[in-house]
Amino acid sequence: MARSWQLKAGFMSEATLAIKKISGHPGPAPGANVERDYQVAKLIDTTTCIGCKACEVACLEWNGYTFTETFFDNSYQTMPATTWNYWNLIKFNEHEREDGTLQLLMRKDQCMHCADPGCLAACPADGAIVQYTNGIVDFQQQNCIGCGYCVSGCPFDIPKFDPTTKKMFKCTLCVDRVSVGLEPACIKSCPTGCLHFGSKEDMSYLAESRAKQLRENFGFEKAGVYDPSGVGGTGVIYVLHDVTNPEAYGGLPKDPHIPWVVRFWKGPAKWIGNLAMLFGVIGVTIHYFRYGPKEIHPRHDNGGKL
Amino acid sequence: MSSHVISTPRTTGEPGERILRYTLTERVNHWFAALTYIYCLITGLAFWSPYMYWLAAIVGGGPTARFWHPWLGVAFTVSVFWMHQMWDRDMQITDADRRWAKVIKLYIENDDQNLPPEGRFNYGQKLFFWLMFYGIILLLISGIGLWFVEDIPWSLRWLRYLSVTVHVIAAMATIAGFIIHIYMGTAMVRGGFTSIIRGEVTADWARTHHRLWHEEVMRRQPPPGAVGSRK
Ligand code: HEM
Ligand code: SF4
Ligand code: SF4
Repeated sequence: MARSWQLKAGFMSEATLAIKKISGHPGPAPGANVERDYQVAKLIDTTTCIGCKACEVACLEWNGYTFTETFFDNSYQTMPATTWNYWNLIKFNEHEREDGTLQLLMRKDQCMHCADPGCLAACPADGAIVQYTNGIVDFQQQNCIGCGYCVSGCPFDIPKFDPTTKKMFKCTLCVDRVSVGLEPACIKSCPTGCLHFGSKEDMSYLAESRAKQLRENFGFEKAGVYDPSGVGGTGVIYVLHDVTNPEAYGGLPKDPHIPWVVRFWKGPAKWIGNLAMLFGVIGVTIHYFRYGPKEIHPRHDNGGKL
Repeated sequence: MSSHVISTPRTTGEPGERILRYTLTERVNHWFAALTYIYCLITGLAFWSPYMYWLAAIVGGGPTARFWHPWLGVAFTVSVFWMHQMWDRDMQITDADRRWAKVIKLYIENDDQNLPPEGRFNYGQKLFFWLMFYGIILLLISGIGLWFVEDIPWSLRWLRYLSVTVHVIAAMATIAGFIIHIYMGTAMVRGGFTSIIRGEVTADWARTHHRLWHEEVMRRQPPPGAVGSRK
């Protein structure tokens, strides 16, 4: 059976999505910004998630993967993290509140589809990662060289390596469905309606109203929307009971941003390094023009008069 | 065995006479190191800049380059340690080097007549050797971090960033040395390139560039008649 990414590769080339950014591409991305598309977003309301894992199953089904072996570690957690063929995982966290009561936090973990994607910034392979104008960040496995730079670039620890095909994988936000006007598979499966999909604008509005409701009617004073500005906002946004403590939700970073090392490496370091190499080559060439090759002078026997 | 005690063919001191500078083993080692390094260089530069990504195509494409770069890096490391094994003693910095280093400007300006004499390797060659030696240690350690980046746990992710930083800095440092090395070995010091292929230099060449070494070779020459084995 052909792997789903191979099928998708064929399919994707016919997709009508406009491209915004391409990884590892010399010069501007062809066709970038010629078309405006509205930004899409997935809204995850952690306050109404019941941890049923229907979204996990829907993700596996749509993308053609099978269920993976689970483990038991005295909690509801079935596996520690997403894997290359398991893109969507509920993180369960038992959180002790200040008054000593217990709260079970459940967060659907997957790629955040950052507006400023660190994976894409780090990737050296032309076209292995693309960002569409609708905000979806998608890996194109046929161009991926499996170098793992995206792993260093991502502030959410999302890209995962398949050792067999030597390619990276992660949630595609069901780009193949979205590009033909369908909503992502996980959204369809959610029984409580804690998942929503639509334009970023609509989802932000919905999220803010829900947070307001939580603050005003349910006593969650710190309820708010997680849409971190450090990565320019994300295509997946959360409503959290306590937006001041996202770490409690299975390590959601408080202020994610592309690591400064990655920024420097992919920015100024390139120019410093390239210019240094260029000047090195020019330097020795000019030296040759000026001084030429060394002469043989064996009979000159002062042996160095200095 | 340090290579400058190898038996050389009878040395007469004739100006055009050829003397052995590099044994076959040394030459094989050098080219093993050179080719593995150049492979790492081409593939590494391909990943370094999108403007040089096309370099990956000449070594079989991106995924192939990604697969072989670390392995040939390991092969290069082996060759450098092997070289260290052979040349460690020859590469120690001596008083002659210190005298030479003080007036390195004369060397750069091709005013070689006024330079103090040097041994088998001059100060610049020794610096290049040690740059590569310590460079490859850093490249290997950081390269393993890049190779198995996913196995570095999230809590130790600073190691991922450190690996990139160290690998790039060490690579750039070796490239700087490499540019000078190629220039000197091919364009500037004529005869150097053939010596690392066929092993021989002329007595004149030896006297000009490595006088102390030449004198040592002359001293060690076997008595007339007892022709040494040519390796
Ligand atoms: C000693 C063993 C070495 C190992 C294990 C190693 C490993 C790696 C790995 C895993 C990468 C990431 C991409 C890839 O795999 O291709 C990389 C990148 C790179 N390597 Fe090495 N390498 C080694 C030696 C070298 C050497 C000798 C050079 C010589 C110049 C070099 C230059 C580079 C460069 C320039 C990059 C790209 C950095 C960037 O993308 O900015 N490496 N290396
Ligand atoms: S979460 Fe990570 S993998 Fe997803 S878009 Fe952001 S940087 Fe890329
Ligand atoms: S492993 Fe990641 S960074 Fe490397 S080519 Fe593939 S998608 Fe790009």
